[in-house]
Amino acid sequence: MSEFMLEMKGITKEFPGVKALDGVTLQVRPGTVHALMGENGAGKSTLMKCLFGIYKPDGGEIYLNGQKAEINNSSDALKLGVSMIHQELHPVPFRNVMENIWLGRFPMKGWGPLQFVDHKKMHKDTEELFKELDIDLDPDTIVGKLSVSKIQSIEIAKAVSFNSQIIVMDEPTSSLTSVEVEHLFRIINDLKKRGVSIIYISHKMEEILRISDDVTIMRDGKKIGTWPAAEMTTDLIISKMVGRDLTQRFPERHNVPNGVILKVDKLTSINPNSFKEVSFELRKGEILGVGGLVGAQRTELIEALFGLREIQSGTISINGKEVKIRSAGEAKKHGLALLTEERRTTGIFPVLSVHENAAIANLDRYVTPYGLLNDRKKKAEANQMVEKLRTKTPSPKTLIMNLSGGNQQKVLLARWLLTEPEILLLDEPTRGIDVGAKYEIYSIIADLAQQGKSIIMISSEMPELLGMSDRVMVMSEGRLTGIVDGDKATEEEIMRLAAQH
Amino acid sequence: MNTKKLQGFVTENAIYIVLAVLLIGIAVYEPSFIGLNTLRDILIQSSTRVIIALGVAFILITGGTDLSAGRMVGLTAVVSASMLQEADYARRFFPNLPELPLFVPVLIAIAVGLVFGLINGVIVSKFKVPPFIATLGTMVAIYGINSLYFDTEPNQSQPIGGLRGDFTTLGSGALFKNWEFSIPYIVIIAIVVCAIVWVMFNKTRLGKNMYAIGGNQQAAKVSGINVSKNLILIYSIAGALYGLAGVLEAARTGGATNNYGNMYELDAIAACVVGGVSTTGGIGTVPGIMAGVLIFTVINYGLTFVGVGPYWQQIIKGAIIVAAVAFDMRKYASKK
Repeated sequence: MSEFMLEMKGITKEFPGVKALDGVTLQVRPGTVHALMGENGAGKSTLMKCLFGIYKPDGGEIYLNGQKAEINNSSDALKLGVSMIHQELHPVPFRNVMENIWLGRFPMKGWGPLQFVDHKKMHKDTEELFKELDIDLDPDTIVGKLSVSKIQSIEIAKAVSFNSQIIVMDEPTSSLTSVEVEHLFRIINDLKKRGVSIIYISHKMEEILRISDDVTIMRDGKKIGTWPAAEMTTDLIISKMVGRDLTQRFPERHNVPNGVILKVDKLTSINPNSFKEVSFELRKGEILGVGGLVGAQRTELIEALFGLREIQSGTISINGKEVKIRSAGEAKKHGLALLTEERRTTGIFPVLSVHENAAIANLDRYVTPYGLLNDRKKKAEANQMVEKLRTKTPSPKTLIMNLSGGNQQKVLLARWLLTEPEILLLDEPTRGIDVGAKYEIYSIIADLAQQGKSIIMISSEMPELLGMSDRVMVMSEGRLTGIVDGDKATEEEIMRLAAQH
Repeated sequence: MNTKKLQGFVTENAIYIVLAVLLIGIAVYEPSFIGLNTLRDILIQSSTRVIIALGVAFILITGGTDLSAGRMVGLTAVVSASMLQEADYARRFFPNLPELPLFVPVLIAIAVGLVFGLINGVIVSKFKVPPFIATLGTMVAIYGINSLYFDTEPNQSQPIGGLRGDFTTLGSGALFKNWEFSIPYIVIIAIVVCAIVWVMFNKTRLGKNMYAIGGNQQAAKVSGINVSKNLILIYSIAGALYGLAGVLEAARTGGATNNYGNMYELDAIAACVVGGVSTTGGIGTVPGIMAGVLIFTVINYGLTFVGVGPYWQQIIKGAIIVAAVAFDMRKYASKK
């Protein structure tokens, strides 16, 4: 056995206009978790796509277990024992668990040319596989009905069923609850014992420090270095990722909350499994964090405030006046803005330009008396806002799908700031965004609060909740379980409230 | 760098280059092709087609599709023709109808198209029926309605003829008629429609909302766009355009039957797709659609001119549709 399970040597990959990878070397020891870190655009995904045969490197060599490997497509990679669990999972939703696992290599039985799928064997193999990995799932369940974490375990089981020696996990915990994360970590530890190497991509420092053995950090398509995880700290990792010292992770806030702007009283969803009797107040210039586990119905609550979900009972008052909000259009008129959690599915218009994306929620303002749009004013204001938020884009005409996550988020923020809202509802505003851009988003939020805008911010990242909020309200299973002061609250307290029901 | 620039230019303007190559190719092979008459004929033949294609494009860009376009053209052709026959014509649809001002039946036909478009829009946006199915249903039903109307006493499914001179002038007359550079009215109408639609696409809220709905319907809703209202409006406008196309089709051919417009929707969709409209929504331009329509007319007219048989023309058309989309997909993929 070679010293390294995987060696990628001097990998170079160029795209028109960008050198995405510049002589990157990655060495992964057998039976270890190797964290791969870097800001978005640092080249992590590109490197992994080269490993998985999705991209062909322009230069460099890949060795698996000491032997030079030719990986031209993902089926080559699978055959050579390399599996990848993508951040966004793509199961076949209408088929069952076992068919998803054995897709493309169903066990067969039959006579000569007459071959049929051997469902019995497939069922048995699946059960064995699940037992080995301590996964509790019925092989006959339809995958579309399962939670993200279950689907992820299916993907992991699939990787194991390929006898993979290297499993790449891209942000595997981004949509898991903390209980599910623990389960994932148990599976990872099991895999390690079996000698499997795991390449772990994540932005969550705490996780990385806990689970990984080695850490490789990349920046601008280059490798900065590899260190034993035991020698690293969050601050050290961040400073190496951004190439400068980050003394603080959160900006100073100078906002002074005063006077109630939004009052929510006993708000109950029309869906019996969603939020119930939620009452709270939001003050002008306040940042109100919303904590809770997945399933706490936080997103449902703020979407209801924004008129996207129906309310059974309860009232919403803005500036002391009760309001009825039945659509996003009405919410907008009441000075509300919503930055959704799912940037891709409910945020961006991928094939439209940056400037069109920024202007879309604010077209009413540019209608001239003849019913046409004042294009010049629209472009000028949109571009100005996009620039003000320091969005990095080659030009305002660039299609938004070509920007990084953090810059897309800034364009979406610009979209809503153009509507001059009084209350901003932010749902996981920094999800999937790299550290440097996160800090900039935090600064924008802090500035807005200082200008007297009121902000409700859902976040599943504890440090973010505690570092950014004046107060944190915690939800569990659709109910409000407590509101705590941002300065005094501790992670333990929030966790306790979040797990109350 | 220069080759890259050239490549980019070719990719971005492929449709116009194909059109130019086609024209030049035919002209070289058959120099008598070049001339004002050829140009005029191609433009006349493209006129109703481009109006239908623009209507379909509205819907394609929202991410939908419209199979009922052709049958709407047929219905509105019959409706307008039935009210615009000569007073002394023997088999009048409405024997006792007084001579209406030209604009009245024309507006009625456009309104009929608009109403059926509105119905499509309501079915799609309120009842959440996928556009393909919704318009498949109305396509079949509209033909039924048209045939019923066409079969009423005393017409009884006779082709409607004897159209009034002022009406047929709309389709076959021209500005500066006796001059070499005469410009057919129908071409002028088509160009005006193109200009209006261009303004709607690029300069109005409706246009921006259309691109947004096609680009990401969920995001459009969250952005405060009233998606169903906009969709109903868009389907209605498309219906009105089919109505106009039906009127012109009757005027141009001097008659109408219930089979008018049959399968026109497929020609329109093909022209849009070749002109760079994305069938998954969010992408499409008026100049592109115009070029798409012209390409098909040029193939029709030009290849007939140089003696290529109709069967071969079909094969070439089919290949162009597939090739255009394959090329477009590559353009999209290369940007990733």
